[in-house]
Amino acid sequence: MKTRNQKAWFLVAPVVLLVAFNAVIPLMTVVNYSVQETFGDNLFFFEGMKWFEEVLSSERFHDSLIRQLKFTFIILAIQVPLGVAIALAMPRKGFWASVCLVLMAMPLLIPWNVVGAMWNIFALPDIGLLGKTLNAMGIDYNFTRQPFAAWATLIAMDVWHWTSLVVLLSYAGLSSIPDAYYQAARIDGASAWAVFRYIQLPKLKHVLTIAVLLRFMDSFNIYTEPFVLTGGGPGNTTTLLSLDLVKIALGQFDLGPAAAMSLVYFLIILLFSWIFYTVMTRGEDK
Amino acid sequence: MMASRHGTGFKWIVPFLYIVFLMLPIYWLLNMSFKTTNEILGTFSLFPQEFTLDNYKAIFTDPTWYNGYINSLIYVCVNTLISVTVALPAAYAFSRYRFLGDKHLFFWLLTNRMAPAAVFALPFFQLYSALNLFDTHIAVALAHCLFNIPLAVWILEGFMSGVPKELDETAYIDGYPFWKFFLKIFLPTIAAGIGVAAFFCFMFSWVELLLAKTLTSVDAKPIAAVMTRTASSSGYELGLLAAAGTLTMIPGAIVIFFVRNYIAKGFALGRV
Repeated sequence: MKTRNQKAWFLVAPVVLLVAFNAVIPLMTVVNYSVQETFGDNLFFFEGMKWFEEVLSSERFHDSLIRQLKFTFIILAIQVPLGVAIALAMPRKGFWASVCLVLMAMPLLIPWNVVGAMWNIFALPDIGLLGKTLNAMGIDYNFTRQPFAAWATLIAMDVWHWTSLVVLLSYAGLSSIPDAYYQAARIDGASAWAVFRYIQLPKLKHVLTIAVLLRFMDSFNIYTEPFVLTGGGPGNTTTLLSLDLVKIALGQFDLGPAAAMSLVYFLIILLFSWIFYTVMTRGEDK
Repeated sequence: MMASRHGTGFKWIVPFLYIVFLMLPIYWLLNMSFKTTNEILGTFSLFPQEFTLDNYKAIFTDPTWYNGYINSLIYVCVNTLISVTVALPAAYAFSRYRFLGDKHLFFWLLTNRMAPAAVFALPFFQLYSALNLFDTHIAVALAHCLFNIPLAVWILEGFMSGVPKELDETAYIDGYPFWKFFLKIFLPTIAAGIGVAAFFCFMFSWVELLLAKTLTSVDAKPIAAVMTRTASSSGYELGLLAAAGTLTMIPGAIVIFFVRNYIAKGFALGRV
């Protein structure tokens, strides 16, 4: 049972100040843009809800939103089961556990534009190992021209980049299971599936909640990697939400619509995350 | 013990294949970094035919290149230090006390990871320009607090909740003032958690490019931004690009090496 203590606010104050400084002021700026029209020269005109109506009914926004949802759904469907499977098969302790952890953490520590550039030169059909190999095997592959190949490459890159995060978190969850649980299961003659279903999965629930939330939020905000890898092409086939936003905001300098769009999309992430968070932590004594 | 229980001797094949998959693009980048741009474009080979260190030499002798690394390292370290320092007392408050608005505050902190950085780049630029902090290391370090502090609080809160409250109470009865207890007794207890939190802060600050690029022009330009500009100005210097990319992996590799035991042990201790 936690103690009630309002003085705890003093302990949280530095965090609140620093984060609020970085979060509230830019957010207010964006809200401000979203209701105004600008023609340059710092001239702004109040437009009310015009941009929001325009964004919500625009086909362009619907298209990139659907692309984004598709992307997020596919990478979650691959990364979460794959991450758990790898964590289950990893050695629990000793030298090899360290080797696995160190090697698996590598992709997480590479700057995002380097990840994009690396996959670009890895997958290019003329100079890349992947592209060259696939073409040598008789598969017609060129991610700069074929929409399907571009999607497959984008997803492969994201799986390469982020599955390790799920692995690390699941590994942490699995390590917290006491040996006694496994011994009891062995005495009862439980099958491997039963051990997974009734011992490991419940223990993983908490870390998987975090993993899914983090992957969901970050995949919705993905920008640098697809920008460097495909630039949103061919055509608009891999233009995810953030890419589209930047095109509107900086490419066309339409600050109002871009701001309105980013707020709509911030609210979408917030809503999904909140529902998921509430459902997963329901009945938990926090 | 686990392996024998399931009776599967081939379990290692799953992580093994995964690691091979992870290493392939990295190997290709490394391979390219030892080739001349002509060779990259001209011939296809699994190993450099004319092995050259010129790409690396170019980077280590050109200040615009190596300063990029120094700039990145400075703001990443400053950011990690700030994030972990302010997150420690906050995480303690969340794990030990109930106070007005605590749950809402916690969720609000997490929501800051959800804001699309792409569009917040412009307001950030205006904010830090107005404060005359544009193109300084501290600007990037402060801006990265936006997503690193919530994460640090989140991780540390998990670790602290794993420490029994009796520890606090015993120290209190023994007459320790709060700060002495916190620094001398509590922090060493959650050292592994601090290691994990610092690792994640370092990682997310090191890999982030959009804000870092927006907030800098010359004096504090991060290495990742140097790479993009060089690539566009002088055509595609693929070999140089590959060498620079390879070098961006080194600080990360060093950090992982130092925290490798903390990752295994630390993750296991925390509720995460």
